Amino acid sequence: MTQFLQALVDGSSLAAVYSLIALGFVIIYKSTQVLNFAQPALMLLGAYWVVYFATVVGWPFWMAVIMAAGLAAFTGVLVERLALRPMVGKPVFAVAIMTIGLNTVITVIALDLLGIDARSVGGPWGFKFVALDVFGGSLIVGHRQIAALVTTVVLVSALLAFFKYSRFGLAMRAAAFDQEVALTQGVSVTAVFAASWAIAAVLAMVGGVFVGATPPGIDRSASIIALKALPVVVVGGLDSISGALLGAFIVGIAEALTFTYQPQYASFLGQNFSQVVPYVVMFLVLLVRPYGLLGTKEVERV
Amino acid sequence: MRRRPGLVADYRSDSAILRNNVQRFWFVVLMVALILLALGATIPVVPGVLGFSLRGDLLLLAVTASFASVGAIGLNMVTGYAGQVSLGHAFFIGLGAFTAAVLGGEEVTRQVFDLSTGQQVEQTILIGYGLDMAIWLPASGIVAGVAGLIVAPIAFRLRGLYLAFVTLGLVFLGEHVFKEAKLLTGGLGVGRPAAIPSLFGFRFDQSGEVFGMYFSRQQKLLFLGLIVLVVAALVAKNIARSRIGRALAAIRDRDIAAELMGINLARYKMIAFGISSFYAGISGALLYLAIGRIEPGSFGLLLSIVYVAMILIGGAATIAGSIMGAVFITFLPRIVKWMAGLWLFGFISEAPTGGFVNLSQVEQLMFGGLIVGFLIFEPLGLYGIWIRVRNYWKAWPFSY
Repeated sequence: MTQFLQALVDGSSLAAVYSLIALGFVIIYKSTQVLNFAQPALMLLGAYWVVYFATVVGWPFWMAVIMAAGLAAFTGVLVERLALRPMVGKPVFAVAIMTIGLNTVITVIALDLLGIDARSVGGPWGFKFVALDVFGGSLIVGHRQIAALVTTVVLVSALLAFFKYSRFGLAMRAAAFDQEVALTQGVSVTAVFAASWAIAAVLAMVGGVFVGATPPGIDRSASIIALKALPVVVVGGLDSISGALLGAFIVGIAEALTFTYQPQYASFLGQNFSQVVPYVVMFLVLLVRPYGLLGTKEVERV
Repeated sequence: MRRRPGLVADYRSDSAILRNNVQRFWFVVLMVALILLALGATIPVVPGVLGFSLRGDLLLLAVTASFASVGAIGLNMVTGYAGQVSLGHAFFIGLGAFTAAVLGGEEVTRQVFDLSTGQQVEQTILIGYGLDMAIWLPASGIVAGVAGLIVAPIAFRLRGLYLAFVTLGLVFLGEHVFKEAKLLTGGLGVGRPAAIPSLFGFRFDQSGEVFGMYFSRQQKLLFLGLIVLVVAALVAKNIARSRIGRALAAIRDRDIAAELMGINLARYKMIAFGISSFYAGISGALLYLAIGRIEPGSFGLLLSIVYVAMILIGGAATIAGSIMGAVFITFLPRIVKWMAGLWLFGFISEAPTGGFVNLSQVEQLMFGGLIVGFLIFEPLGLYGIWIRVRNYWKAWPFSY
């Protein structure tokens, strides 16, 4: 029973990281109809800046995060302006494949900056943990896991409130609904595009911080974790924010449960099977619901 | 008609592979040049000043390029012609490679001390049947093709972007299977030797005399590559200009409209996936002959992206473009290495670490940059550049 609860706790902290990256993905997709495969690279680059300011320059952690958020937002806007703007109106696939190219370029830069060894992001949580006594066993909850969950909840609520109540949030929703109509109503669609890339890049950066908080730290394998945000998005539905959160939760828990129980009960599936569980979940969901759990069905005119 | 070679008056001549005598002439010249290059001759680019010949690593790259072209043509069938973005090509290539290695490779056994009986026991660590190339080459294509047919119904159910995700998942699941099936693949980081290319007793992987001429192992493989490539390209070209090809293009342009015109979407998407994975299987089976070793970790997402880049940089929905793209991407590391030697690019360091940027980083940067650049500036790829250059000279000195 403790083992099960432990898996749930680990799964939810995993889900927090996934939901941050997946949310950025959905926001970009909703407002610009771009499938952004560059999210892993944005995560690596954002995490690098936190590493740089917090451990190399030696700033307090919160200052490093704020500075990194600014730089990440700037990168997002820059990428949108230089690479994505000329592609407006091109086929969706062409744009999606171009973001793969962008991913390659940005990853090379980020890895060159990060170096070969895994780097710690220098967060205030360290490796401290709380041990809770439940059902006769001890449940270990790391401070970084609590931090990840709390940060995610706060960030997501702030974002949802922003979309719901602020003027610009309304403009973003309008642009996501219909760009041309929004344009005629005086919404600056270009500003919406830039803002959604900035938000996505910042979310990816925060996700990167928590990936980097997990031992051994952030290195080239971190992009594999970020890639798992893609099945998360598909499970939830490409254009649904609540779907991304739901998907992250399902995938995170499934992965943690597999990690705990598969070596014992299904060892024939091989080592590290939990790493591919998100993709298995994605296949299963797509077989039943081709547009994800909460995605809207595409209606097309010929 | 004879005086106006550019005039196309009927459908047959419009869809011909080589449309006029000029094209036929240059095709023959190209083939002769390739055969001469494969024989080790030097082709004078600027007579007496600059020559080009395939020697050493260039020859090996040419072998790889010819086999990779087959895979690129396959991906172009499904992504270029049928418009179904597939990021799963690496999986089918891996399937072909390992099928070939299992059917055509040698069994590897090891002496193991059995604790229960206390005797030395022979244990198989790699399964291999050592069959002839005439069996393993088609078989690897068929295995990959059947896998493609199994995936196709999902492709029929899903549209567009979701399909890209499913094929992405396929690569990750496939990589996991390749890593875990140690008896077949040798396991991560270890791998297994590639299949033995022995066709009815004729070994492509050993140097020797053929018809009284000495051929090195690479030269033999290059001839094998050229033959397979020409056959694959002709078959693909003929599929593309047949009923199937037209149906695929209609699906790409507007699938609902295509369905209304009586095209059976499920059937043609299955055909597209089947052909594409068959080509991938053949390509995978042969691709690792030159290196001689297959490692299951190499069939990841990166390989898929490399193939997508090949057809994008070469030109989507063109056979010639697929080949150009595959050749270009295969030679890219060599081009970068050559660039590093020029003074203009002195900042590229040839050491693996240190310096401003090193070779593999430049290679990756160019790779990503080329994808981005071609998509923004020349969506038709190298093929589009070629068409533009050709049209410019057609009307020269008039601009149009």
